[in-house]
Amino acid sequence: MAEKEIDEHSGIQTTGHVWDGIKELNNPLPRWWLITWYITIAVSVVYMIFMPSWPGLTGYLKGTRNHSERENVAIALAALDEKRGLQMQQLLQVESVAAIENDPELLNYATTAGGSIFGDNCATCHGSGGQGFPGYPALVDDDWLWGGSLTAIQQTIRYGVRSDHDETRYNMMQAYGGVLSRDQISDLVEYVTALSGREANEAAVGRAKPVFAQQCASCHGADGKGDQAQGAPNLTDGIWLFGGDRVTLQETITNGRGGVMPAWTDRLTNEQIVALSIYVHTLGGGE
Amino acid sequence: MNTGLPATQPNQNGADIALIGAFLAVGLLMAIFIAARAVDPLMEVHALMFAAAFAAGGFALGSVIYGGRGASSDVYEFDVVKAGVIASVFWGIAGFLVGVIIAAQLAFPNIFYFDNLGWTNFGRLRPLHTSAVIFAFGGNVLIATSFYVVQRTSRGRLWGGLAPWFVFWGYNLFIVIAATGYLMGVTQSKEYAEPEWYADLWLTIVWVVYLLVFLGTLLKRKEPHIYVANWFYLAFIVTIAMLHIVNNLSMPVSLTGVKSYSLFAGVQDALTQWWYGHNAVGFFLTAGFLAIMYYFIPKRAERPVYSYRLSIIHFWALIFIYIWAGPHHLHYTALPEWAQTLGMTFSIMLWMPSWGGMINGLMTLSGAWDKLRTDPVIRMMVVSVAFYGMSTFEGPLMSIRAVNSLSHYTDWTIGHVHSGALGWVGYISFGALYCLVPWLWKRKELYSKQLVEWHFWISTIGILLYITSMWVSGIMQGLMWRAYNDFGFLEFSFVETVEAMHPYYIIRMLGGLMFLAGAFIMAYNLWRTAKGDIRAKEYVPSQAAAVPAE
Repeated sequence: MAEKEIDEHSGIQTTGHVWDGIKELNNPLPRWWLITWYITIAVSVVYMIFMPSWPGLTGYLKGTRNHSERENVAIALAALDEKRGLQMQQLLQVESVAAIENDPELLNYATTAGGSIFGDNCATCHGSGGQGFPGYPALVDDDWLWGGSLTAIQQTIRYGVRSDHDETRYNMMQAYGGVLSRDQISDLVEYVTALSGREANEAAVGRAKPVFAQQCASCHGADGKGDQAQGAPNLTDGIWLFGGDRVTLQETITNGRGGVMPAWTDRLTNEQIVALSIYVHTLGGGE
Repeated sequence: MNTGLPATQPNQNGADIALIGAFLAVGLLMAIFIAARAVDPLMEVHALMFAAAFAAGGFALGSVIYGGRGASSDVYEFDVVKAGVIASVFWGIAGFLVGVIIAAQLAFPNIFYFDNLGWTNFGRLRPLHTSAVIFAFGGNVLIATSFYVVQRTSRGRLWGGLAPWFVFWGYNLFIVIAATGYLMGVTQSKEYAEPEWYADLWLTIVWVVYLLVFLGTLLKRKEPHIYVANWFYLAFIVTIAMLHIVNNLSMPVSLTGVKSYSLFAGVQDALTQWWYGHNAVGFFLTAGFLAIMYYFIPKRAERPVYSYRLSIIHFWALIFIYIWAGPHHLHYTALPEWAQTLGMTFSIMLWMPSWGGMINGLMTLSGAWDKLRTDPVIRMMVVSVAFYGMSTFEGPLMSIRAVNSLSHYTDWTIGHVHSGALGWVGYISFGALYCLVPWLWKRKELYSKQLVEWHFWISTIGILLYITSMWVSGIMQGLMWRAYNDFGFLEFSFVETVEAMHPYYIIRMLGGLMFLAGAFIMAYNLWRTAKGDIRAKEYVPSQAAAVPAE
């Protein structure tokens, strides 16, 4: 062990230990450090007295504030419900589009509420502005698969499309791969292309005409304008759910389609669904 | 260098060779057996990797037996430290690189998504990044420096003959098994403890040998006292062993398959996990690197440690208080409130014990402050201690429940972790590596001080970009999540908050890229130093400019 010595720079004595040339000064604990530490300990003890803290064998110290986060959450939710309450009740009374359009205050409330609900439940598939993606319908246009009235929209939201709910909206774009020949399907692709006003092979369109009438018209209509009662898309308006190019059309006819929208009736309250349907209705082309 | 030491020739009886040889033989047989009977292809791959490693170990052992132990005229075993230094630099760059890649994936998810390359997904690469930087880089730095420091401050050769080499290679084998496992999808889904049961068992064996080597060296020391750095190393080794074993208690589905189920479930599992996770920060990333600080700063500054008393008090306070702070990771969850209270209050009481290390580190510079200007390595280590002080203040702050309700689950946490990881752990490690390479390879000085300056400034700007962007993004994210409109509905949908973070994710990626660039500069500088080169075009300040400022 080396001798204790006075460090030249600081004037403080060393401890006399040396390891690989490293010495230690015998400085006391810094006062501010010690005082701050005591303060943090005091603050912690006070906090422990106020709040639930030390456990015992059969329970724990409840703390003088009798704090319970579970209760606080319940209180906060109740306060929110109250804030939303009156107008939410009014929403349930809305019977027609006209009724709400004439009440700007309620309309503002409904679209704000609906927008918030839309953002966290619907935007994932339909896009944050309702613009849609291939396979996920756009909600901003006036091309409705199952109807764009308030009641029709509510019905869709509540029970979904091809969902697991008993009341679900249901239809089926059948796969024609085994039913029609490849040539027939190619002709149909030309026919559907022509339906939406685009240039197509006229001979093929002529060949496909009877096939369309026999296989497709029952749902999509003789004129191809679709049928909202069955959820059959309009083929003449140039708006496509999966895509209107020839390759996609061939894929659609050959393999069929059947996207799923879940039923929201068990996940959202009645008021929320009403607000949501008003919001969706105002997005674009509500009927 | 110390002189006049009695040359020690431990384990001349060859007990270490016999033990390691027997162990490798048994291990090889087991690995081959498991590979042949594996119930899933993942276990087959890993068993074959173990077998290959054990066979390679056998060959290495054979060359020692027939070639002799080499020139052990040196008092110290420094070759294993050299290996640790090389591994540290390698894993550091690998870990930082994966970090930059996943930062890019977060900023541009559509570009960095490969449908048919599952192993490149964020979910696989994220644990690869965290394990590579914490365990591969940090772990190798800790093993290398602890082996160096314990020898120098005990004036004795590492105990156990070849055992330190077993620790080094065994630990790196664990890293490779863990890393390849993540890429193949082997994980037990516990943060920072993802490796499955067999990798955990292997690490336990390696770790126990590590503890024995360290303790054996300390017991045979020729100094009357144990230096403070060694207390911290010992606390790190002992506590990590305890944390690792308890948190990884699990039941394998099959002894020849990768999958296992944890002993804990529900909130008990969460609490055990964060008891582990928080103390991995406390004992791996804090205690271990404080040990580095306690040796390399006084050594480099050539000044005595500021206060012996402070080092004792803050050591024991840190050890006793840190271990209770884990529940602050589980505020506002199913964890009982009394446990949350204790987690928070112990974190607050931990603030000053953490700062004790900062005070001792910074005040040791007293009388040598001028070196901050002339020695970029000292500057790096001092800035490291400053980052340590900042993040150990930020930690207790974030553990306060009211603050946590804003910060939890946001990028603020990521920023906090990285101010500690890049600033504190990264810089103190770089400082130690810059010291160690000239010492170990017996070079007079570094290849280039100016390159250290470049490393310092590039990566400091990188760290600042990283943590400031994460503060802004995290606090904004927290505020957006809790924003209600006048009618009592959420103001923003989740996807809007993601959109708002996009620019900050790009800044974070750039920050990480700069940190990585700095590490490349360091690797080049260290390589040239080891080769014995001195940069010819180096600018050397005139003596007049380098006069101390006093």
